Amino acid sequence: MNVIEHGRGKPPLDPHLKALENEAIHIFREVAAEFERPVMLYSIGKDSSVLLHLALKAFHPGKLPFPLVHINTGWKFPEMIAFRDAVVAKHGLDLISHTNPEGLRDNVTPFSHGSARYTDIMKTQALKQALDMGRYDAAFGGARRDEEASRAKERIYSFRTPDHAWDPRNQRPELWSIYNGMIHPGESVRAFPLSNWTEVDIWRYIQAEQIELVPLYFAARRKIVERDGMLIWAADKRLELLPGEQVREEMVRFRTLGCYPLTGAVRSEATTLDEVITELEIATVSERQGRAIDRDQSGSMEKKKREGYF
Amino acid sequence: MNSQTLSQTAADIDSADTATGAGSHVEAHPETVARQARPLRFITCGSVDDGKSTLIGRLLWDTKAVKEDQAATLRRDSTGKQNELGLPDFALLLDGLQAEREQGITIDVAYRYFATDRRSFIVADTPGHVQYTRNMATGASTADLAVLLVDARAGILEQTRRHATIAALMGIRQFVLAVNKIDLAQYDEARFRAISRDFKEIALSLGVRQVTAIPVSALKGENIVLRGDDVMPWYSGPTLVETLEKATQRTGQTTGFRLPVQRVSRPGEGFRGYQGTVAGGSIKPGDSVVVLPSGVEANVKAIVTYDLVRNAAVSGDAITLVLDRPVDVARGDMIAAIDQRPQTGRAFSARLVALSPDGVVPGKRYWLKAGARRQRVMVRPTSALDLATGNWDDATFLPVNGIGVVDLDFEDTAIFDPYETNRETGAFILIDPESLNTVAGGMIDGKCSKSGRFDALPDADRATVTLPARLLEAFLKTEFARSHAGEIRVTGPEEVDAE
Repeated sequence: MNVIEHGRGKPPLDPHLKALENEAIHIFREVAAEFERPVMLYSIGKDSSVLLHLALKAFHPGKLPFPLVHINTGWKFPEMIAFRDAVVAKHGLDLISHTNPEGLRDNVTPFSHGSARYTDIMKTQALKQALDMGRYDAAFGGARRDEEASRAKERIYSFRTPDHAWDPRNQRPELWSIYNGMIHPGESVRAFPLSNWTEVDIWRYIQAEQIELVPLYFAARRKIVERDGMLIWAADKRLELLPGEQVREEMVRFRTLGCYPLTGAVRSEATTLDEVITELEIATVSERQGRAIDRDQSGSMEKKKREGYF
Repeated sequence: MNSQTLSQTAADIDSADTATGAGSHVEAHPETVARQARPLRFITCGSVDDGKSTLIGRLLWDTKAVKEDQAATLRRDSTGKQNELGLPDFALLLDGLQAEREQGITIDVAYRYFATDRRSFIVADTPGHVQYTRNMATGASTADLAVLLVDARAGILEQTRRHATIAALMGIRQFVLAVNKIDLAQYDEARFRAISRDFKEIALSLGVRQVTAIPVSALKGENIVLRGDDVMPWYSGPTLVETLEKATQRTGQTTGFRLPVQRVSRPGEGFRGYQGTVAGGSIKPGDSVVVLPSGVEANVKAIVTYDLVRNAAVSGDAITLVLDRPVDVARGDMIAAIDQRPQTGRAFSARLVALSPDGVVPGKRYWLKAGARRQRVMVRPTSALDLATGNWDDATFLPVNGIGVVDLDFEDTAIFDPYETNRETGAFILIDPESLNTVAGGMIDGKCSKSGRFDALPDADRATVTLPARLLEAFLKTEFARSHAGEIRVTGPEEVDAE
């Protein structure tokens, strides 16, 4: 059968991406139908951009039947916040931005408290606060199983205790595409529609669907400083230079986006989507290489997830 | 129509030129071309001793799915555990949980992703220990193909038969037998032939005819991605990756159109769409459909997606369907082809895999979820499979990891196709009403005939009652109408279209 698509002048998706898209839409609809108070965690990055695009597709012609939550640590790239606000306005989204008030009060920064404690207070604890305040019983996230070894074992519906903890040894079996959305009061589920996507799938989908991204993903001359083998963005006054460090300008881009002090840039000349994809295809390091928090110890992601991290 | 579409895709893959020549390297630049097929999902079965982790690690390594920083983490973790070829200990790459690394075992299903320039793959990596039958069933439920691993020196073991049985039960109809550690068996052709022969007999007894046996050394990377001609000149068959590239996707859908309704979209006055993923057949505007269990008939007015209005949708598509008249459709209902309906009724027979430590208890009221439909059910086991002998013995209880035949007794109408004909609409899970855990996975064999379907009724047993339209809706909401839904056929009034 020839399925004729005459849409927005885009060629139809190839069967591989179409299958991934169909699966994600199915998960969105299932969670929205089964849970009372779903929410979507929106982190502004490329995976969140794909996630949001899929959500818009899933509920078309209706609006999203849930709000978005952004955990704002106060240390995001300014370009990310500007992009976030533009996206919210464009699609008429209901976005809740949350910052851990205690962390703010105690002036918890990546520099003063170290990446592990900072991440726990400003991200993990902040996320739990936001979820508790909204009494959300399901939270969508953009995590993929190819990102990290403990993620590879996580279910699409990742069951969480009232403390938001993940118990990897006690996960519900997940067969076919039938999801068990039944929970007791206080318990919740993190739902991952992008579980089966790889990094390359994300980029090819962005290309095929013409999804807008934060410009930081594309190479430009940016102020950076080299620290612990990472290239740190150095255009914020709050970044204090250590002895011997020098700010310089280089052509760099970011493979993942988070808090700028914890996110390493890569040297790159890729200024367009095509060039980024080409660069990716010959990349020999994984995207999480640029994330300081993953490098603390093997199994650190599993530890953080047990504590309630996404 | 759907099966034609998919088999066409499969044929394209089959006819693709895979004869890259002996000794040639399978190019591993992923994603340079658009994929012409869905990802192939497969499961690997075998124990730690068979070298399963090494096999998967080798697949990821040789297709360049492992990046340098991951390899560096591996090297840091595996101090002193590098193998003789100077490669990292692949098992550490796969066993992502701390408990697994500590105990050196795989305790849960993990999903791995890799790609060649022809196709992309999702591997469900499942443990081989007997107590983890449930994990294997989980991995197998979505797999198109099973790779069964044996040690060339040990040959077919009890567990090989067990794994093959579970894979076949879950609907997998393509097996690959990887005869591993062939290097340690002196690349003995006769040994390989004997093992292949034994295995093909087992597969045939399970109704699986599509079997490819391959002699491999996962450690040395022979016949996995690269050929092993230098050491096995007697083997001219495909490598493991070539076999996977050419495998067909099991559609398992020989039914007509099926749309399990996930949610009703009513964004404003005038629009009412039924959202779900097509679980069989195909649909286009103008087609006649029936809504189950109510039995109301209607025609398809439009297929709405975000990008465009489509002229058709096929199995697997997530769509929004608009019908040509106002009908009562709720989440959990099924919209189906009018001339190829699924089975409806209150009693079905099924096979079940028990996943919970409590087993499956006769007489207990469970929740059953199938597609988007959740309802109460009473389960009565009648026999259980002895994996050691392959016999079905009488049983009234299923312990954890038990596989059994059960009778399902529903409180209201259930809608299924046999699993044999549709893997989507023939599968279900059982949920414990107290713990809310998923305690079993099930596959429908068919309806138990207690109350006949309307279509099966002889004419003498039918009567036609005519109601005004305003009464019809009220009638359909009555307890009587709901409990006899499978026996009542409703044709709504033709909508007078003012357009």
